[in-house]
Amino acid sequence: MGDAEVAVDGLPIVATDVDVVRRDTRVLSDVDATIRAARRTFILGPNGSGKSTLLRVLHGLLAPVRGQVTWGGLTAPPPGQAMVFQRAVLLRRSAAGNIRHALKLAGVRGAEAQRRVADALSTVGLAALAERPARVLSGGEQQRLALARAWALAPRVLFLDEPTASLDPAAARAVEAIVRDFHALGTTIVMTTHNLAQAKRLADEVVFLDGGRVTEHTAAEQFFRSPRSLQAKTFLEGERL
Amino acid sequence: MQSGMDTISQSFAVALGLVAHLDPRLTEIVGLSLAVSLTATLISAAIGLPLGAAIAIGRFPGRAPLIVVLNAAMGLPPVVVGLFVYLLLSRAGPLGPFGLLFTPPAMVIAQTVLIVPIVAALTRQFVEDAWSEYREQLASLRSSWLQSTATLLWDTRWSLATVLLAGFGRAAAEVGAVMIVGGNIDGVTRVMTTAIALETSKGDLPLALGLGLVLITLVMALNVGAHVTRHYARLRFG
Repeated sequence: MGDAEVAVDGLPIVATDVDVVRRDTRVLSDVDATIRAARRTFILGPNGSGKSTLLRVLHGLLAPVRGQVTWGGLTAPPPGQAMVFQRAVLLRRSAAGNIRHALKLAGVRGAEAQRRVADALSTVGLAALAERPARVLSGGEQQRLALARAWALAPRVLFLDEPTASLDPAAARAVEAIVRDFHALGTTIVMTTHNLAQAKRLADEVVFLDGGRVTEHTAAEQFFRSPRSLQAKTFLEGERL
Repeated sequence: MQSGMDTISQSFAVALGLVAHLDPRLTEIVGLSLAVSLTATLISAAIGLPLGAAIAIGRFPGRAPLIVVLNAAMGLPPVVVGLFVYLLLSRAGPLGPFGLLFTPPAMVIAQTVLIVPIVAALTRQFVEDAWSEYREQLASLRSSWLQSTATLLWDTRWSLATVLLAGFGRAAAEVGAVMIVGGNIDGVTRVMTTAIALETSKGDLPLALGLGLVLITLVMALNVGAHVTRHYARLRFG
């Protein structure tokens, strides 16, 4: 790792020898992973392989029992990260109110907050629903609102945990388009998905997990053409059946 | 039986008259009842809302037993609470020197003791439900403990309003505690429930019934209010 990389705020994110135990079960073992700036890294693997757990560890929501994670050399996650969950967690407020709340926590208020709320809502196509209660929006709209909330924070890193898993294809496409917009602005993307076609469309790199272990970390194009690990090969073949 | 029914229907007619004409005896009693129970509810809110929220979010040793005790305390017998507060306030008790026994503040204290557990226990439940849903998202937004508490209290405000309505209803409708610590002194500490008990035993059914009508109306209005609040909040905020 060169000094130039360390200079970028909070990046790269480096997990070293990470073990995570949840409810007496080891969900991650000896995990090494590096998230590089401005890349779209997809964490793939079968159910229960530890994808969501790794995402949470990289975002600093979950502390490993062994090993360590550093963010641009720092041992605590710096500001400038956002996460979108599989099922959007929205507060009992208006769509705009949800974004204002997040901005307030980030110390953004007043006219600047207003500007960012409007910009974020129009980016995801929800400007017309700004004053609508967030929790009565449709599933697709809720997920777009969660993305708008992240957008307003202008994160350097965006984590997405199967953001389209419970959406219909049209809503999933809308989410993908917004993820592309984030990336176009230079946002580093770290995402899990069960949808391999989606991963093919979006990923630059793939971290493949099996049974809580990383079996490979490869360029996406190479991963889908000829994965190096037997586990990934089996996984991709299973998908083709 | 015929004459008995007549007495009741006559009493009922007189009672309605008392209510309709805002009989001064009746309004004084109703006024004191509302003042005492509203004050107790406000104090209970100041104690019970933060307490419930702290228990909902906090992780500390003894938390689980505390929740069990708190839930059990929702059913405290008012008479026993009255006795307990009486002992505290009686001349020989620790708070005796304040001379509060048989005054409205004594009744406020007794009702507060009675409903703080209700407010705290129900607040704990509502806030904890919201917390389990919000926790990861708030952690992702790097929300501090204090900011998270504020967010949760604000987001559950409609549920918490119904909690306060329930507390107020319980305070206004109980008789045992205020009877013991208030003494049911005419014009000083006589509230709806103690007046009903006394007037019934004296045989002054019209006043007892009139007060009973007001009390039932109040309790029903509180429950309808709570229902409407919940319904509105669900429609408005999901």
